[in-house]
Amino acid sequence: MARRLRVAAAMLLGAAVVSIPVAAAAPGVTEGAPIVFGAALSLTGKYSIDGKTTQQGYDLAVQRVNEMGGVKVGGQAHKLKIVYYDDESTSSRGAQLVERLISQDGVQFVLGPYSSGLTKAIAPITEKYKIPMIEANGADRALFTNGYRYLFAVLNTSDNYLRPAVTLVAEATQKAGHEPKAVRVGVVIENDDFSQDVRDGAVEEAKKWGMQLVVDDKLPPELNDMSSALTKVRALKPDLLIVSGHAKGAVLAIRQVSEQLVGVHALALTQCDSAQIIEKFGKAAEYALCAAQWDRSLAYSDRWFGTAENYAQRFEKEYKDPATYESAESAAAVLTFVDAIERAGSLDREKVRDAIAGTDLMTFFGPIKFDPSGKNVAKSMVLYQVQNGRYAVVAPGKWAKARPIYPAPAWDQRQ
Amino acid sequence: MMGNLMLLLDAPGLNLQLLVDGVLVGAIFALVAYGMALVWGVMNLINVAQGELVLLGGYVVFFGTKAGIAPLVAIPVAAAIVATIGWALYRVVIYRVVERDPFSSILATFGLSIVIQQLANQLFGADVRTVESGLGSLLVAHGMLTVARVKLLAFVSAILLGSLLVWFMRATRLGQAIRATAQNSRAARTLGVNTDRVYAATFAINGAICGAAGGLVAMTWMVHPYAGLGYTVRSFMIVVVAGLGSLGGVALAGAGLGIAENYAGFLFGAEYQTAFVFSLLVVILVTRNLWLKRQRRYLR
Repeated sequence: MARRLRVAAAMLLGAAVVSIPVAAAAPGVTEGAPIVFGAALSLTGKYSIDGKTTQQGYDLAVQRVNEMGGVKVGGQAHKLKIVYYDDESTSSRGAQLVERLISQDGVQFVLGPYSSGLTKAIAPITEKYKIPMIEANGADRALFTNGYRYLFAVLNTSDNYLRPAVTLVAEATQKAGHEPKAVRVGVVIENDDFSQDVRDGAVEEAKKWGMQLVVDDKLPPELNDMSSALTKVRALKPDLLIVSGHAKGAVLAIRQVSEQLVGVHALALTQCDSAQIIEKFGKAAEYALCAAQWDRSLAYSDRWFGTAENYAQRFEKEYKDPATYESAESAAAVLTFVDAIERAGSLDREKVRDAIAGTDLMTFFGPIKFDPSGKNVAKSMVLYQVQNGRYAVVAPGKWAKARPIYPAPAWDQRQ
Repeated sequence: MMGNLMLLLDAPGLNLQLLVDGVLVGAIFALVAYGMALVWGVMNLINVAQGELVLLGGYVVFFGTKAGIAPLVAIPVAAAIVATIGWALYRVVIYRVVERDPFSSILATFGLSIVIQQLANQLFGADVRTVESGLGSLLVAHGMLTVARVKLLAFVSAILLGSLLVWFMRATRLGQAIRATAQNSRAARTLGVNTDRVYAATFAINGAICGAAGGLVAMTWMVHPYAGLGYTVRSFMIVVVAGLGSLGGVALAGAGLGIAENYAGFLFGAEYQTAFVFSLLVVILVTRNLWLKRQRRYLR
């Protein structure tokens, strides 16, 4: 015991000695021990692409905060550090690893994993240890109905993804002098937490306008052919067809809707950009409506990255990949922690938790303000339409860069 | 479900669409199944990694077309590459379990399927990949029926490849040696057939079939590292129904499965389409077992 104390004392002394010359660089501020975050991310397995993007977003934010001098708490500047584990895209592994991050690696705060399913598995653990977790990639509304006290999400919940698409169709129908009640809606959506919540939101919105739901099919996660569902869509002729099922769903929808010449007036999708529908399908992807959490053209900015466009450029310089919204929301999760810790003026978990709950922050990703359940209620989704081989923001009105094209031309009218 | 049934009765044209789609995709399933039947019949080995070999073919065609090769040229290339992979797999793993009890072969190929999945995930990423043929669709019967030209192409290619195989088995020395080994490997050995080489060739031919089928899969649907199991299960089912060694039977069973799947997807919703395939497999295994028992034969 005595020996261990001596070692610890020596280490502390060593740390103090090392920190003096560094602290001299920032006058009046001494350098404290780094603040350690933990994250279990899907670096292998079916979410590995998105897991990697999430990690890049976290890393870029940490890099930026550190190069600006770190987080200042009570006259001390703390650098940030993240300990990562690979959860192999499985929930049980994610929960185990977060338990390990907290109880063995002693991380002070937790950053969320990728996907609603994994967030669901991890939230009970952070709750048990009373460790604040800010997550950026779990959008299912069901995450925020359990009364979790330590869970916060910077992104919009999944029910909001395609509400703007329904509104857009309703408004376009009104403008053309028809009743939105006459609009027929078809829904073909994967049977998983996230996608079903996307469906529920869109259907709620459609009911609000009095639209008729004519197709309501579910896709199993392992399906790679939706032609039988589309045969039904072709027969029942909805005006708006809503398809969601992660990147695979978007790929299938564009491929098979164009192959079967399904003549809907609007096709609304999620995860278009991670599915790279424009790159894959070119003309066949035209006029598709796509939900996104963020776009580089939005006029948000903050003191860390500057504007959304600045963030996107920095990301591309660093990783040679386009900046997707998944990376942006992940970076925003780190920034929210930084802001809350500075306002709390302490590294005490409870104080930081309360500071997070009181967040009212503008970031390059958008405004962040949590409701009592921990979800961000200040930001809104954006809706793209593929126009001339590019994503153009068509809703909400104040961000729109292009006029939505509705109805989309029939297949035989397209070149 | 009743609503869907009424819809089918109201609009008979829909039946045509489901039938045509079913037959066209059934041909691809049948091609993969024929490879499985070949390996099963000759080597007494149930290849659980069949679907993964299909995916490898899909990846070859994907990267080939990305490098500028025309899809139709990329398919033979995929067949050649996956055949080589098949041959290598035989030399490293499969030869240890050939002629052993099915349990060890199932276990070994199951292990292979996991290794291939994870390797594909590491090397190619978890992204969904697809090859855009740019062929468009045909409108038949006043627009009532749409047929994607790429499905038609896949159908024709599957039939051509199947016929090529039949010719190969009948007319070439290697084909004869393969058939002799399938009938009685010990007798073939005493008559001077090098069965080890026959097995290696058989597994390589299966690789070629899977590689070509994989290219068609990438052009018709898509590939990603975890899509293999569906093709393994479907082939298994088709082989169980059609038996070993009859290409006609395999083709019929493939078409039947394709049609059944499309109807199930339409009637019960796409959600239950895959569930339907698995339930059908159970039903088929049970009835086939009963039928064999009545004939005093057993499913091997």
